[in-house]
Formats: sequence, C-alpha cells, structure tokens
Amino acid sequence: MDEILTLVSFGPNGWGDEIASGVLVTITLAIATLPFGLTLGFLLALAKKSEEPSLRAAANIYTTIFRGLPELLTLFLVYYGGQIVLQQLISFLFPDAQVEVNSFVAGMVALSFVFSSYASEAFLSAFRGISLGQYEGGYALGLRRVQTLRLIILPQLIRLALPALGNLWLILLKDTALVSVIGLSDLVRQAGIAARVEKEPFLFFGVACLIYLVLAMISSIGITRIEAWSSRGEVRR
Amino acid sequence: MTEQVETARPQLTAPAPPPRRWSNERILGHVLMVLWALAGAGLLSYMIRDFNPEFMDRYGMKFVSGFIVTIELVGLSLAIGAILSLPIAAMRLSSSRILGGIAYGFVYFFRGTPLIAQAFLVYYGAGSFRDFFSDIGIWWFFRDPWYCAVFAFSLNTSAYQAEILRGSIQNVARGQWEAASALGLSKPVTFWKIILPQALIVALRPYGNEVVLMIKGSAIASIITIYDLMGETRRAFSRSYDFQAYIWAAILYLVMVEALRRVWDRIEARLTRHLKR
Repeated sequence: MDEILTLVSFGPNGWGDEIASGVLVTITLAIATLPFGLTLGFLLALAKKSEEPSLRAAANIYTTIFRGLPELLTLFLVYYGGQIVLQQLISFLFPDAQVEVNSFVAGMVALSFVFSSYASEAFLSAFRGISLGQYEGGYALGLRRVQTLRLIILPQLIRLALPALGNLWLILLKDTALVSVIGLSDLVRQAGIAARVEKEPFLFFGVACLIYLVLAMISSIGITRIEAWSSRGEVRR
Repeated sequence: MTEQVETARPQLTAPAPPPRRWSNERILGHVLMVLWALAGAGLLSYMIRDFNPEFMDRYGMKFVSGFIVTIELVGLSLAIGAILSLPIAAMRLSSSRILGGIAYGFVYFFRGTPLIAQAFLVYYGAGSFRDFFSDIGIWWFFRDPWYCAVFAFSLNTSAYQAEILRGSIQNVARGQWEAASALGLSKPVTFWKIILPQALIVALRPYGNEVVLMIKGSAIASIITIYDLMGETRRAFSRSYDFQAYIWAAILYLVMVEALRRVWDRIEARLTRHLKR
C-alpha cells in the first residue's frame, strides 16, 4: 500500500507531477476546443435551419462527414493530412520551408470539427423548441434580425440547448484522450509512460480512469449550476 | 408570356412566385457549395494523379480483411453487450438500494471514462495480475489483444445499452402497468407483452446511435495492435507513407456509417408505421 502511495505521490519518487501536468493538458485542450466548437456549431445550426437549400446542403455535408468518421481517424487526417496540405501551400512561397503540425493544434482542430457537428444538432433541436411568435414579437418591437437573434432567441436557445451541450462537453473531455496517440502528453499518455517505467499498468491506468471520473463529476456540478443560472427566469415548478 | 396568361384567366392562376433574389444567404450557400465541390475535385484529382497500383496490390485485400475484422469486433461486442445489459438494466430498475447502487457505479464508470483508457486498462492492466490469471487459468484470455478488445468494448457498450433500456422502460406510461393489472395480467406477462414492446420502439433510435458510436469507437482497437480497418490503415501508412491509405479508410468508414444510418431509418419507419398519423 505504501509503495502505491509513493508511486502516485508528488515529488522525485512519485509520478504525481507528471500525471498532474497530463491532467492540465487534457483540460486545456478541452477548454481551448470549446469556443471554436460552439461558435462553429451555432453557425452550422443557423445554416441548417435556413430556407436556402444550398446553404443547408453545405452544412449537411459537413456534419455527415464529421459525424460519420471515427474521431481517431479525423485526428489522423488532420494531423498527417494537414501537414501535407500546409507543406504544399508553403512550398509555393518558400520552397525550402519545412512544416510541422503541432499535435495540440491538430487535436484542437479535429476535436472542434467533431464537436461542432454534434453541437449543430443540439442547437438545431433547440431552435425547433422556440416558437415563431418569438421572432415575430421581436420584429414587431422594431428589432432587426440580428438583434432579435441576439436579444430574444439566443438566451432561450442556450437554456434549451444546455442539457445536450453538457453531454457533448463530457464526450469532448473523453475524446481528448485520443490525442495521446499523436504524441501529446495528456493524461493517458503520462499514465502510460508511468505504467511502462514502473511496470504497474493497472495502477496507473486505473488512476487515469478515476481522474476522468472526477473531471466528469466536477463538470456535472458545473453544468447543473449553469443550467440553474440559465433557467433563473423560469417559473419554479 | 405570364402577362398573357394572366389576362386570359385572371381569377384562376395563382400569382407567380416572386423571383428568387440573390440574398446574402443564397450567395453564401452557393459559395460554400462551390468550395465543397472544389475540395471534392481536389481530392479526386489527388486520388487519381497519385494512384499507386502497387499500393493497391499490396494493401487492397488487407483493407477488406480489416473491414471484416471491424464488423466482427463491433458485432460481437454489441451482442455480448446486449446480453450483459439486461441484468444491469434490471438492477438499475430494482428497488434494492444496493443492487441499484452497484449498477449505477458500473454504468457511471464506463460512461465517464474514455474508451481508450478502458482498453488500456484491460489490455495492459491485465499484466499486473499475470501470476493470478495464470494460476486460475485465464491468462490466455487477457494475453490476446482481440479478447481484451472484445472484453472492454462489450462492457462499455453494455453500460450504454443498459441506460438506453432503463430509460425507455421508465418512459412507458404508468397507466400501461395499471391497465394491465386491472385486466388481471401478472407482472411478468405485463412486462414482456406490454411494456417491453413499447419500450423497444422508443429505444430504437438510441440503439442505432449506439451501433454507430461502436463502429467509430472500434477504431481504438487498432492502438492495442488489432488489425481492424483502422489498424490496417495505420500499418499501410507506416510502411508506404502513402496518405491515400487514410482517405480510403475514411471512405470505407463513411460508407459503413451512412449505410447503417439509412438502413436503420428504414427499419424504424417500418416498425413504427402504426404510430404514424
């Protein structure tokens, strides 16, 4: 028991510091992905509910691709494919330049693609929950389209979409584990290194799983708070 | 032309639809579609220009075998998971605090941690108990990555399927139970003949999503040295450095998922046709 505690403790004999830095990378990656994923998802939802068929089709192609591909494959496509495409583009301008894609950025881009395509569905079904009268009310007050969207629709949209978005956040947190495959030192990778060095794989991967559970619990508490905040204008039932 | 028709039969014709203007939305939509078309054409030209017959000769059949391995892995895991999910869902629904708590813990663990960490925990983690597993004679099971992947995936999907089952059973209105008991039906008969059929119809869509999630998640098996579609792709890429390997894999996965989604929609439409109004 003492040995186990030493192994996971902080300091020179334990792997606590390494694992903590991995946790930090995992959380940073998830949080860095969130704004891009949410914005892109919202824009996609706007496109999908548009009356213009070509716009709807363009958005649907995007979601079909990124919801159909395995997340791991998306990651590889962005990581290796991005490298090739950027290399081609750069070599037009600077023939000698070498491009190397940062694995954090590749992870962020790939996870944003996946997150946004699922988030667009969440926003879209939230849009369906808002009656047409809300828009008409806004126009009747003399608000412009963008103003109506921002001041009247968006606050209700957030409330309606939050449960689904909360789930997507938990999925995103778990999907960050995939970046360990392209060499980013996240929680899973650090746990794997510790497991190999100390020959205690069950212990370290078990610890990693427990940390993911703790992160999920903290997230759930946070999401409940945000939901309470977003529905503060609701009638208490 | 239209004016002539209108003067001839002024009451009968509907007013001509207003000509579609080139609104910002329409321009944006067309620009985006052109971009998609360019991207598609670029990809196609890349696939044709850099097509390597030798690559196809060497790895073409491997892709097919990887595809089959993926389907076997997913099918087997889903089937075992479905069987395992029944007792778990029953425990979740039972009034016993202890049973419910155990099942909740199981489900929470497998839904709250990444599949890749679970696969590592089983495949590498089993090594920590090597002596013990050898003693009781099941080391052959945990030594083999294939069994480990099936083991991890089955447990994972059983947790998700148990939640789908529990949710859909609880979703059936209480009145159905009451009506059945008013008719004098016993509890088991009520459950099998009245509650479960209604629950499964509700569960159809989430089950379809779970199958898709499993197909996509199975790509992780490639990391614990299984040569499924993803594993073959990675092997082909690491040997040939031909990026087309990933494109072929993407096409195969997309076709697999899209075909399944379409078929599932058909099945759902067929099974719920009595609910259509």
